[in-house]
Amino acid sequence: MKLVRAIIRPEKLTDVLTELFKAEITGLTVTRVRGHGGETEIVETYRGTTAKKELTEKIMLDIGVSDPVLDTAIDTLIAAARTGEVGDGKVFVLPVEKIYRIRTGEEDVSAVTPVEAEASP
Amino acid sequence: MRFLVCLLALPALALAEPAFAQDAAAESALSGADTAWMLISTALVLLMTPALAFFYGGLVRSKNTLNTMMMSFISLGVAGVLWALFGYSLAFGDGNTWIGDFSMAFLNGVGLEVDGSIPSLLFMAFQGTFFIITAALISGAVVERMRFRPYIIFISLWGLLVYAPVCHWVWSGNAWLGDMGALDFAGGAVVHINAGIAAVVAALVLGTRKDYGRQAIIPHNVPFVLLGAGLLWFGWFGFNGGSALAADSIAALALVNTMLAPGATLAVWTLIDLGRTGKVTAVGAATAIVVGLVAVTPAAGFVSPISSLLIGAIAAIPCYFAIQWRSRTRLDDSLDVFAAHGLGGITGALLTGVFADSAWNGGADGLLFGNPGQLGVQAISIVAVMLYSGVVTFLILKGISLVTALRPEIPNEGMGLDIASHGEEAYSDGEGIVLLLDEEVRASSAA
Repeated sequence: MKLVRAIIRPEKLTDVLTELFKAEITGLTVTRVRGHGGETEIVETYRGTTAKKELTEKIMLDIGVSDPVLDTAIDTLIAAARTGEVGDGKVFVLPVEKIYRIRTGEEDVSAVTPVEAEASP
Repeated sequence: MRFLVCLLALPALALAEPAFAQDAAAESALSGADTAWMLISTALVLLMTPALAFFYGGLVRSKNTLNTMMMSFISLGVAGVLWALFGYSLAFGDGNTWIGDFSMAFLNGVGLEVDGSIPSLLFMAFQGTFFIITAALISGAVVERMRFRPYIIFISLWGLLVYAPVCHWVWSGNAWLGDMGALDFAGGAVVHINAGIAAVVAALVLGTRKDYGRQAIIPHNVPFVLLGAGLLWFGWFGFNGGSALAADSIAALALVNTMLAPGATLAVWTLIDLGRTGKVTAVGAATAIVVGLVAVTPAAGFVSPISSLLIGAIAAIPCYFAIQWRSRTRLDDSLDVFAAHGLGGITGALLTGVFADSAWNGGADGLLFGNPGQLGVQAISIVAVMLYSGVVTFLILKGISLVTALRPEIPNEGMGLDIASHGEEAYSDGEGIVLLLDEEVRASSAA
């Protein structure tokens, strides 16, 4: 089991989600984050104040995956998030000790295996 | 000066009126048209104070949004009440050449009788809206670092001790600046130079914000700034157009000039922006509109429409570069009240002495129309207002500081004055906020 943590451009989120869902990777968490990479800095001017934006808006995705799905997840992410310019982001792969599904108490691989949504009562 | 305009219009009226109307002159007739326009103008000018709240509120950091906006809104209450109780009488009571008196305190004798061609009560209300916004204008120099209680005391005392006398000098019809023939159609000196210099003094007395010159302090909501500028412009049609005190041709002239001048300022501002940075800024555009409105205020009913375009265009230049220069100094006039209102007002007041044209206003000429002395009179009125307002503002703030601290504790300034002064936040999603039950509130306040 791995946690795939990707930092991507906000404008690529829709592409990335579309491709991940096509690859049947449907369990993920998205966070708005700010970071500093190698991007050229953006300069803003407000009246007499000139300011440099040191931090760039990014999106962070956390995806818990079982080992057989790992390569698909990484390949899909990289293909969908790439523009070729500086600032496309990173993908980190972290080991995971334990996973629980809160609803059922299932553990580990079965906790990250997608289930068909049941018809809501 | 508005009174002079009325006086200038009187001969024309007298010619038009049949002779038997003289009997009724003592009571003078109420004009439905004039009253309707002044009712609308009063509402328009009152709207400018909430508009200013948005203009200023957008320019500060998000943690001080409510505090900044409340500094304007509170004036609707404090200054509005004080105007009725004492301010109107101190400004427009007979008094002497320096200040009015208490003859109309508590609106004594201010009723539905006709004054000019409108009820005197309506004149009082119209003038009250000016009193309210002038006090609020100063707040732009002290945002993000003034405790709210001393602020309330300050605008109360400032309104009565600074605004009321200066208003008396220029507009009461029986005081020295008006008698000298100083031209101030709608408040270039009374409102804008007055508030502008008070702002500089207040910024100096309070000192800089703790982050000033160390962090980039940038506007948190530029759309608010644009919204405020737009609403200010709308309200300003009542400010300048209503200062004719009648629904007449001078009101039309003032209104048209109020439309044209800010447009010219915006155009020139845009060109300077493009030349300097290659980008036309939104905050710059909003600022330009306000500068143009300020500059045309003293001139609105005195100059031709083409002159008002020139006034708007010229005013952009000193104000633009003053704003650029100021932020590199230790003068933390945070929202550039002086650069926009003080300098814009000075430019407008001087240019009124240049462009005033009796062919348009029926009585007053400036430098370009054969009356160079007018420029000197305008200069005297500017210097007099700056000196008086500057000195008395300083004394008021020093006096308050003897009784209570003007500035919040440093941690409170860091946390933001929305929470520190008001116990509220402008932007909260409510998540992670837990309901306190009554007994818990009692326990925590006892602790």
